[in-house]
Amino acid sequence: MAVKKYSAGVKEYRGTYWEPGYQVKDTDILACFKIVPQPGVDREEAAAAVAAESSTGTWTTVWTDLLTDLDYYKGRAYRIEDVPGDDTCFYAFVAYPIDLFEEGSVVNVFTSLVGNVFGFKAIRALRLEDVRFPIAYVKTCGGPPHGIQVERDKMDKYGRPLLGCTIKPKLGLSAKNYGRAVYECLRGGLDFTKDDENVNSQPFMRWRDRFTYVMEAVKKAEAETGERKGHYLNVTAPTPEEMYKRAEYARSLGAPIIMHDYLTGGFCANTGLANWCRENGVLLHIHRAMHAVIDRNPYHGIHFRVLTKALRLSGGDHLHTGTVVGKLEGDREATIGWIDLLRDKYVKEDRSRGIFFDQDWGSMPGAFAVASGGIHVWHMPALLAIFGDDAVFQFGGGTLGHPWGNAAGAAANRVALEACVKARNEGRAVEKEGKEILAAAARHSPELKVAMETWKEIKFEFDVVDKLAVAHR
Amino acid sequence: MSEMQDYQSKLSDPASRKFGTFSYLPPMSAEEMRRQVEFIVKKGWNPAIEHTEPENMGGSYWYMWKLPMFGETDVAQILAEAEACHKAHPGHHVRLIGYDNFRQTQGTSMVIYRGKTV
Repeated sequence: MAVKKYSAGVKEYRGTYWEPGYQVKDTDILACFKIVPQPGVDREEAAAAVAAESSTGTWTTVWTDLLTDLDYYKGRAYRIEDVPGDDTCFYAFVAYPIDLFEEGSVVNVFTSLVGNVFGFKAIRALRLEDVRFPIAYVKTCGGPPHGIQVERDKMDKYGRPLLGCTIKPKLGLSAKNYGRAVYECLRGGLDFTKDDENVNSQPFMRWRDRFTYVMEAVKKAEAETGERKGHYLNVTAPTPEEMYKRAEYARSLGAPIIMHDYLTGGFCANTGLANWCRENGVLLHIHRAMHAVIDRNPYHGIHFRVLTKALRLSGGDHLHTGTVVGKLEGDREATIGWIDLLRDKYVKEDRSRGIFFDQDWGSMPGAFAVASGGIHVWHMPALLAIFGDDAVFQFGGGTLGHPWGNAAGAAANRVALEACVKARNEGRAVEKEGKEILAAAARHSPELKVAMETWKEIKFEFDVVDKLAVAHR
Repeated sequence: MSEMQDYQSKLSDPASRKFGTFSYLPPMSAEEMRRQVEFIVKKGWNPAIEHTEPENMGGSYWYMWKLPMFGETDVAQILAEAEACHKAHPGHHVRLIGYDNFRQTQGTSMVIYRGKTV
């Protein structure tokens, strides 16, 4: 064994933490960072600094380093790549030995990977672009409480995406009036309605009253339509104790699904709630308030594909993923990338979708992608083409804003969805033929006809060539 | 804009009951049914036929018509089984299922003959 002598002082990080020849292990957690270094700091030193600060290192040598085998525990920067189309920054790949992290703890992994290092002076900006979780680590996490297949069985919904609606106005309704809005949506043909994320337990509507009225609405709509229904009862709360209290009451009412905000609520609360849901047979819908603070800046923060992986490990049966429609082509490809990461068993590296590593999820269930916000019946063909079946399309204004009310709005969405699915199954190109498909369906659905008149036609312009190969964002 | 219409659904009105995927569309013609069977076959799923008395449609388990048709790719044969089930149980709902054995779920499920709802 090589003997090291202690020598105090500040050393260059690269001496210890830059190891270009390193062969990554199957059990390593791998991270890809986008780094904007400070002027005068070269790439290797900046990359090594990030590896050091996110694993074992500190700014100076300490004698206690010599009481352990740092070569076993340290993170290593092992590769540097140009960012296509941008020379202000570069990609640094870092490998972390699995034993740096507590088993089954998304909290612990992120405390290291995106901890102090993000405020570190040697770099101007830092973004965590992707993380490869080895199957050995994935197997220590609980993951989605039920997953897509079990949810389909529990809700008895097959062969199509599910339909939801966020109840509006998001703040200010009394519990009984709120339950009315839920009932109207569900009897009209939606599968789910949803608490807005801002709805927790405010003075105008306390959580217990809301839960009680909403579940009466769900049960009546089920009896009326003969279909299974649910409402995402938001149990996000000021404290874990309060969160569990609300979850217990939801279960006692027979609620099939509850809801949590995993970023504002935190990974600790979310993982605990996911475990509770698994033990109690309650589905878990996950909202992502605060994500844009973390993922929107292309140079600093955490990419949403990483937050998606964090949620899949922590646990949730649904996750909001954005809608794509109306945005850029690149967004479409990147979104499809993280939708795959949320749902599939194995996702291969694909730079055209911003995926930097192969990711093996093993037996961990996948979760439904939720497309919500600013969508209406005219978007249905594009949504189906982008998301496929394992998704929930949530039309808030696009249901509640129907001139004849929520039930008619819900029926319009349901007819539009089923018409698109039927056409797709028949081999038709739903995006290109969207207008004809919807117009034909509207001939036997006055509700759809009025919805199509209310919300103007949008353009179906998605058959353009992919542009992501130039630069990831 | 058309005049406002009431959206009718009632506990007391059997016409309010729905049957999952495609039940908000008009009943399928023979040709439309054939295309959905073709879709199931093209996906590589295993077709299956199930039926139930309308009053028992809410449960997870309907009656199986024989066994799922593992490996069956003859669309006419699959349609013939569905029709045979319908003839044997004319008052029942009959559904067509595509079992996806790789994903361990039903790739699709649709009621193709509707009995009298209750």
